Amino acid sequence: MSVEVSSAASGPSSFPGLPKAAWQDVAAEGALSAAQSHDVELSTEQLRSLYRLMALSRRVDRQAINLTRQGALGVFASSHGQEAAQVGAVFALEAEDWLFPTYRETVGTFARGVDVVEILALFSGSWHCGFDPYQYRVAPLTTPLATQALHAVGLAMAARIKHDPIVALTFFGDGAASEGDAHEALNMAGVFGAPVVFVVQNNGYAISVPYRLQTKTSSIALRAAGVGMPGIRVDGNDVISVYGAVKTAVDRARRGDGPTLIEAVTYRLEAHTTADDTSRYRSDDEAAEWRVRDPVERFLRVLRDGGVVDDAFVAEVEAEGEATAARMRDSLFDAPAGDPREMFDHVYAARTPQLDAQRALLEQELRAGEEH
Amino acid sequence: MELTMAGALNAALRDAMRQDDSVVVYGEDVGRLGGVFRITDGLQAEMGTDRCFDTPVAEAGIAGTALGMALYGLRPVVEMQFDGFSYPALNQVISHVAKYRNRTRGRVGLPMVIRIPYGGGIGAVEHHSESPEAYYSHTAGLTVVSPGTPGDAYALLRASIAFDDPVIFLEPKRRYWLKEDLDLPVTAPPIGEAIVRRAGTAATLIAYGPMVNTAMEAATRAADESGWDLEVVDVRTLSPVDMDTLVTSATKTGRALVVHEAARFAGYGAEIAAELSERAFGYLAAPVLRVTGFDVPYPSAKIERHFLPDADRILDAVARLLEY
Repeated sequence: MSVEVSSAASGPSSFPGLPKAAWQDVAAEGALSAAQSHDVELSTEQLRSLYRLMALSRRVDRQAINLTRQGALGVFASSHGQEAAQVGAVFALEAEDWLFPTYRETVGTFARGVDVVEILALFSGSWHCGFDPYQYRVAPLTTPLATQALHAVGLAMAARIKHDPIVALTFFGDGAASEGDAHEALNMAGVFGAPVVFVVQNNGYAISVPYRLQTKTSSIALRAAGVGMPGIRVDGNDVISVYGAVKTAVDRARRGDGPTLIEAVTYRLEAHTTADDTSRYRSDDEAAEWRVRDPVERFLRVLRDGGVVDDAFVAEVEAEGEATAARMRDSLFDAPAGDPREMFDHVYAARTPQLDAQRALLEQELRAGEEH
Repeated sequence: MELTMAGALNAALRDAMRQDDSVVVYGEDVGRLGGVFRITDGLQAEMGTDRCFDTPVAEAGIAGTALGMALYGLRPVVEMQFDGFSYPALNQVISHVAKYRNRTRGRVGLPMVIRIPYGGGIGAVEHHSESPEAYYSHTAGLTVVSPGTPGDAYALLRASIAFDDPVIFLEPKRRYWLKEDLDLPVTAPPIGEAIVRRAGTAATLIAYGPMVNTAMEAATRAADESGWDLEVVDVRTLSPVDMDTLVTSATKTGRALVVHEAARFAGYGAEIAAELSERAFGYLAAPVLRVTGFDVPYPSAKIERHFLPDADRILDAVARLLEY
């Protein structure tokens, strides 16, 4: 699939030489416009933060793959190559906003500030969700596809009912876009004008099945026309464009002007998960084409050219990445399994007599195990 | 005042909404129309369109957005228009609504109610007479409630709305027009407690929802026609079930019969029978019997009466139970 890359045209921006954002809009009649460029306000400090989060994400992702190969995680779904789409989108949120990620958005969740070890609890098998959603305003990473999009819509509807000016952002993928829940979420958000931003990371594949087998249309953003909301198609490997597009949508939602569907076109450079084998369904050449558009390296070039970052800053971020990776290793290797009795504690607000009886049975088994 | 079950449910919703601003009611046709069974009649007019509103026809959407609302601190009470149309929402209910508290290690509870008119006996077309209680009862994390009387409909719906975990509230639609003299607000034993509706000595009939009335009718006829003194226990909360009350009754009478409309195989009665035989085995004079619908897709309206358990089928089974 061809992607229009944001232009480096001159114009007002946060520092001389910062490329403008660019994206395509879905017109009311349901066709994509040519890419238009837009000014994006990002301070030097914000640009450095964006780079830091993307570079750390890359390191965290690689470490998670390594830890899976070494047995500390049972499985992992990599975000390698999708850092711009995730970090750029999350960067547009305010502290009071909510994020509804899936298992693919580990780095977006990391960029939101959730502790990486807590995020990886899902994959390490210590608990299904390792963090407190209320602490970070981040819902648990969801595995049944597109289901979380409805949770985002419901939360956004509730916020509107309570007159709270907050926004819910949810990710889903090109495969999940085929699920009924994706349509129900888009349609309901449209009907109720819910302050939601839908970011579809179109990474080309649903495990092995390519985009062309998910939909006959050229862009998932086109669905926006069918549910009466603005649609945007953006280069998901260009963090400035992703940020610009999502910020526009977040501002619109916060103003009370309703939801937006954004398709961020990107590529899953790694396999679906560590249990997957890409050689069975795609060529190395195809991946190589996308490696040239590596979102982290591309952004770093822009920042270096603009004098926003220097070698010292890059080295500083790299050192932070190594420290984070080391902490991941230390925390996830040999992490205690936890107390199996806890499986009875959170089924209901209070344990039922049935659960008490079953807990007692397990208790007996555990004691017998200790004696032997 | 004399209220139908439909009227009692309507009053419960209205009173809950008046008392607590965080209660919102939505679903298909629940706003302007007041619901196809009029359970939400007048709520939108009184509470406004933010508190009671219609949605697109999207059952997964209704359940999924309710989760999001509960996550944000509201207490959504949503309606699935009919039992047979609650299935598109099962993925949301089983994968998320039931699991969220556990998934988040107790950090996020979901105070939400999914109301479902269920069961047959109203001459409806296909998909409007299903009894899905076993699907929900089998799912850990759900609280499954079904009232059998107008008073209980009021009390249990109020309790469900105030409950801090998700409740599947199964309304026996053929009993919507059942009347009872009630003083509102009705108080009743809480969620999680069964009730002995009729004390007796010869055998225990265990029923819930639409079959409570049928079991009571059977017990009355048994006394009148045969001199059998039957006890009737109304389960009320199907899950987590109040097994102690059921065991106490079966232990006392020595004979127990579970009645439900739903199909027999792997049905709710199988679980109750198994528990009773495990916990009351030494006191039982006979095996626990079941009187249920048949293991067939729900039949069409003109023959549904042959599917539905009635007092005759119950009394035939009681006769077998007493012969042991």
